[in-house]
Amino acid sequence: MRFVQKTNYAQDVNLFLHNGQRFWYGLLALAVLLAPLVLDRFYLGEFAYLYIWAIAGVGLMLLVGYTGLVSLGHAAFLAIGAYAHAWLLTQGVPFVLSVPLATAFCAIIGYLVGLPALRMTGIYLAIATLAFERIAAWVIEHWESVTGGHFGMRVPDPTVFGMNLDGPVPFYYLCLGILSLSLFAALNLLRSPTGRAFIAVRDSEVSAQSMGINLARTKCTAFALSAAFTGLAGTLFSHRIGYLAPDAFTVQTSIQLLLMVVVGGLGSLQGVVYGAIFLGLLPQAIAIGRDVLPQWIGEIPGLEPGLFGAILVLFLIFEPLGIHGRWVKVRLWFDQFPLYRRATYKRQRSYLRTERVR
Amino acid sequence: MSLFEAHDLSVSFGGIKAVRDVSFTIRSGEVFSIIGPNGAGKTTLFNLVSRFYETDSGSMAFDGVDITGVPPHRIAEMGIARTFQNTELFEHETVLTNLLIAHHVHRRTRLVADLLFLPGARRQELDFRRRVEDVIDLLDLQSYREQPIGGLPYGARKMVEIARALCLEPKLLLLDEPSSGLNPEETEDLSFWIEDIVEDLGITVAMVEHDMNLVATVSNRVLAMADGVVLATGDPTEIQNHPDVLRAYLGD
Ligand SMILES: Nc1ncnc2c1ncn2[C@@H]1O[C@H](COP(=O)(O)OP(=O)(O)OP(=O)(O)O)[C@@H](O)[C@H]1O
Ligand SMILES: [Mg+2]
Repeated sequence: MRFVQKTNYAQDVNLFLHNGQRFWYGLLALAVLLAPLVLDRFYLGEFAYLYIWAIAGVGLMLLVGYTGLVSLGHAAFLAIGAYAHAWLLTQGVPFVLSVPLATAFCAIIGYLVGLPALRMTGIYLAIATLAFERIAAWVIEHWESVTGGHFGMRVPDPTVFGMNLDGPVPFYYLCLGILSLSLFAALNLLRSPTGRAFIAVRDSEVSAQSMGINLARTKCTAFALSAAFTGLAGTLFSHRIGYLAPDAFTVQTSIQLLLMVVVGGLGSLQGVVYGAIFLGLLPQAIAIGRDVLPQWIGEIPGLEPGLFGAILVLFLIFEPLGIHGRWVKVRLWFDQFPLYRRATYKRQRSYLRTERVR
Repeated sequence: MSLFEAHDLSVSFGGIKAVRDVSFTIRSGEVFSIIGPNGAGKTTLFNLVSRFYETDSGSMAFDGVDITGVPPHRIAEMGIARTFQNTELFEHETVLTNLLIAHHVHRRTRLVADLLFLPGARRQELDFRRRVEDVIDLLDLQSYREQPIGGLPYGARKMVEIARALCLEPKLLLLDEPSSGLNPEETEDLSFWIEDIVEDLGITVAMVEHDMNLVATVSNRVLAMADGVVLATGDPTEIQNHPDVLRAYLGD
């Protein structure tokens, strides 16, 4: 077991607590940086795709895992980011400008979606965001002059200062770079007042207010930031699929995004990455399952979304802290071997909260 | 000098008049206690001051400024901090994070500085971290620093909540039954801490309390209420022997 001897406050403020962490994350960074040397085209593409999901996941995690607001509409932000970016590119806006512009546009839409959400929580918020997703999908289908309607639109190649980044290796690095920046920004947020205000709102709105936190502003900021990250993922996603059509973004996409943050572990950024890996492996697992299981099972209509739903529910019931939560327990088990007590993570007796103001 | 003034505050829920025409003054630098039987409206009074409830009539002024209509989060910014009767902490976070959240009122950075963790944001974090440590030292919470709230014993939660309120560096501290759930030793410690808070930090304290011993030890003045109305205001011994107060507690 490791006891960290702290000698100054900067240790609580820095991103890494001790050299062990620095070492392992350094190794991970080296591995993903050198991956293109060993991986072939297909796997590089899959990794880039995983990074894109993770960027979107950072956005949804900030909202669901840290602010405690659920959203079933995040496919819309992915779509709006993708379409806005593709449209800007076709208008001749350079890639380096188009990405931030599309991201900012998503942030504004997110802020506006946040406004009516102020008075809603839980299932009502889920339904409201679902409705928003449907409206966005309808607009995308019918605004033909911009989105190409049902026919869709081709996405121009990403070029930065004359360099085409569409090849597997440059695109891999592009996605990796943007994911790193996103994670860095989210980590920064969570070690400063803005992120802590999100957490406060999640755990107790009443207390948050008595700490001087403006609920309305905090929730709208959370929505805007969440939409911005997911929209940013959308800009990369557009290049990944190359051709945008309305059926690329459905309610199922929203559910997959939610699945990612729940399975990964609500309230942890590592969880986003675990969730993205899980989501990346799931189609392979399903394909293998199709081969192994009797054919009639594979032919059941709606099998995939049903499976997603089932996994979501099972995780919520049996491992609400997701893969990250499980990992924390396993690590503790090794740390404390042979003294680990199962009761450590048994639910603690919680005290009555009879006096809740609302 | 009066720090807080309430004039004829009233609020009702459905048919129940929880608070009726309550007026009082809290003087700067004192410990002002509010006592009364269960359901007297003490917590409701605090919720009115915190602006969680809209007053039906009456007005309040803090530090000479009318606060009858300000939004709840402004109350903390103006310098009124509070604790809750059954504790209302940020359950999933550590004691340290709980106390850091309280520094929200002192933030100087905005969203962009936070996202990029600009030098200003770093300086601010170090500053907050240092100030949190002062409060941890004051209330002897060192051993709980890194622990999540979910696993703390009740007495510790109570103290963490007081610590969190102190991190706001308020002028007025509202404590709702700080001693409930504490054992006799903890209650005695509490009375010393309240004295420290008033004398060393210069914070005025208003508290709702059932433990008459604690009330008599630390209070300068006491307000007794029952069924939403004020029975009497005066010094602790006066109130303890007031016929109306005795009647409210013992029944007719
Ligand atoms: N939000 C609310 N909705 C309806 N009734 C309420 C509400 N808050 C308080 N009341 C009522 O107002 C009355 C006073 O309640 P309050 O909680 O202020 O009592 P109290 O003096 O704090 O009692 P205790 O000593 O038990 O904490 C009670 O009759 C209570 O039921
Ligand atoms: Mg009460």
